[in-house]
Amino acid sequence: MQKMLTIISNVLRGSASRNGTRVVVSARTYADFTPQATFDIKKCDLHRLEEGPPQQAVLTREEGLQYYRTMQTMRRMELKADQLYKQKIIRGFCHLYDGQSLTDSSQEACAVGIEAGINLTDHLITAYRAHGYTLTRGGTVREILAELTGRRGGIAKGKGGSMHMYTKNFYGGNGIVGAQVPLGAGVALACKYQEKNELCVCLYGDGAANQGQIFETYNMASLWKLPCIFICENNKYGMGTSVERAAASTDYYKRGDFIPGLRVDGMDVLCVREATKFAAEHCRSGKGPILMELQTYRYHGHSMSDPGISYRTREEIQEVRSKSDPISMLKDRMLNNNMASVEELKEIDVEVRKEIEDAAQFATTDPEPPLDDLCNHLFYNDPPIEVRGTNPWTKLKSVS
Amino acid sequence: MASLRCFLRSGRNAVSVILRREFHKTSPAALQVTVRDALNQAMDEELERDERVFLLGEEVAQYDGAYKVSRGLWKKYGDKRIIDTPITEMGFAGIAVGAAMAGLRPICEFMTFNFSMQAIDQVINSAAKTYYMSAGVAAQHSQCFAAWYGHCPGLKVISPWSAEDAKGLLKSAIRDDNPVVVLENELMYGVPFEMSEEAQSKDFTIPIGKAKVERQGSHITLVSHSRMVGHCLDAAAVLAKEGIECEVINLRTIRPMDIDTIEASVMKTNHLITVEGGWPQFGVGAEICARIMEGQAFNYLDAPAIRVTGVDIPMPYAKILEDHSTPQIKDIIFSVKKTLNV
Repeated sequence: MQKMLTIISNVLRGSASRNGTRVVVSARTYADFTPQATFDIKKCDLHRLEEGPPQQAVLTREEGLQYYRTMQTMRRMELKADQLYKQKIIRGFCHLYDGQSLTDSSQEACAVGIEAGINLTDHLITAYRAHGYTLTRGGTVREILAELTGRRGGIAKGKGGSMHMYTKNFYGGNGIVGAQVPLGAGVALACKYQEKNELCVCLYGDGAANQGQIFETYNMASLWKLPCIFICENNKYGMGTSVERAAASTDYYKRGDFIPGLRVDGMDVLCVREATKFAAEHCRSGKGPILMELQTYRYHGHSMSDPGISYRTREEIQEVRSKSDPISMLKDRMLNNNMASVEELKEIDVEVRKEIEDAAQFATTDPEPPLDDLCNHLFYNDPPIEVRGTNPWTKLKSVS
Repeated sequence: MASLRCFLRSGRNAVSVILRREFHKTSPAALQVTVRDALNQAMDEELERDERVFLLGEEVAQYDGAYKVSRGLWKKYGDKRIIDTPITEMGFAGIAVGAAMAGLRPICEFMTFNFSMQAIDQVINSAAKTYYMSAGVAAQHSQCFAAWYGHCPGLKVISPWSAEDAKGLLKSAIRDDNPVVVLENELMYGVPFEMSEEAQSKDFTIPIGKAKVERQGSHITLVSHSRMVGHCLDAAAVLAKEGIECEVINLRTIRPMDIDTIEASVMKTNHLITVEGGWPQFGVGAEICARIMEGQAFNYLDAPAIRVTGVDIPMPYAKILEDHSTPQIKDIIFSVKKTLNV
């Protein structure tokens, strides 16, 4: 309620600064909007499950605005990262989340939908395409962009970069393909051990899905009934290799074999949310792990160094973008059901843009980490030690 | 070994005095404990002390451990704390690291360190590097992994020799908030050592990063770790009969290495030999020699520091070949005499 009133007052304030007529048009009160609506969502394909998630989802106005804001923030943030990378202000590896890789993502629906289905006290781990999740798990745009530009205000003090961002109950951000899956099961083991009714969401891509260690993990997670939701974000391409060329079976939701699975429309935030809720319930009731395949699409190339068109056509990308963009889908739903106004959403866009600009400003002006931080954080909770520099006379200090 | 016995002998005298006066009280005398039992005690005590500690690995629970190191623990602590894993090193090493990230204190046992190679990615990329990038364990089978793991910043690497070393170092490793690789030598499991009263206590720990002078000497310094420490002491005993007194240092920790103790010793004896079971290239001995050369002790050397190491070949199978592929006592004696020019 508070948030809604704030949003409305922001809208009115914003519009008032423009011109008189617009103030009149946008002076709608809360009572004018539909507070909530029910939407049909795609049925999920099921594996070893008698029933799946519901085929209808209730969306409140408040939730809708919040999802919209978060998804827009994610998209704009990734577009800004794209820009900064092209300006060479961001270096190294940069795997963007919009459209899954960089820009135009469809991944926004995944991150926002998943978070809507779990609690902040639950745990999450993913691979290297992690900026979106860093945001949904409590990171700020400022901290994320400043980490990409390698500044001291970055979420990892500038020492991790794009692939190593962490927040509470969010374990990154992992560079080695597939390695995060056993880690995620380990976190789930800790959840079960500590009996706090928490679970771990463990994400990986269609490329990683063929890794041996993932099957080792399926086995142990199932044996020990670990509260782990395995999620395969299938964006149809493992770098430049389409799924048909990499996997003997592209039914990723079935690859867990003895683990029940569902295939979910990853472009629809409501579908993702309902599936996640269903999966979370499964884990929390002690039934063990469950697998979700989110079908999404990557507009951009694999990373900043990949234009993304050598292995597929521009037409293909355009078609997906025009038909299934998750943000457009949410926007249309809300507008068609009188849950928000065009102006209101435009206001959110303006605010988001401002937030990103401010963050980019910070990320480009914040100083780099101090040199004497070079050797710090080698160990946790240890007395300070000396570290050899590049030659025997250089001894550097390291504190925990 | 000689100095240890001296300590115990005096200890026993003190104890026997107490016994005579208050014969109804029994104080634990120094007893013989094998390395295997010392490791078992260490784990038992730490499992009891801290609920977050648990053990996982192949055959550690119902089988009592492939080398019986975890004997009795499953019966005592049950399925939750002692977990048998399938034969999937990479998987369960990752699970151990993940559990540690989420606040538990896992002991991840690799049946042999060869198997740990499958999991080395998890140990190095997930365990060792994560704290740094976020700005905040095993038995040797046929190959010495001290150099492999010792190379990596972000890891601590310990290498116990005696039962006391095993117990004290393992307890410290479990209590340490950082990833620690414990290089147990399986050939040492059944070897009994005298364990002092102090070491029998549940609070007994040995600090990581500190070497121990096992035997005082004035003519030459022998630096070693793990099983080779015993060889050095045996060689020293033989050489003592010829009037050559060796100072034997037990590294105990590979990383971070206690170079200060080595330097002090070299400045006293003026001669240095490193002795290890691992291969020569890019190894523990190579690191020690490099550091000695770079430091103040260099000026005190009367002869070049040399390394006694395993033969630079993959470990052969036939027993006689295997025996000749790691340093023998005679190799150490030979090297000492060459260095001292006698």
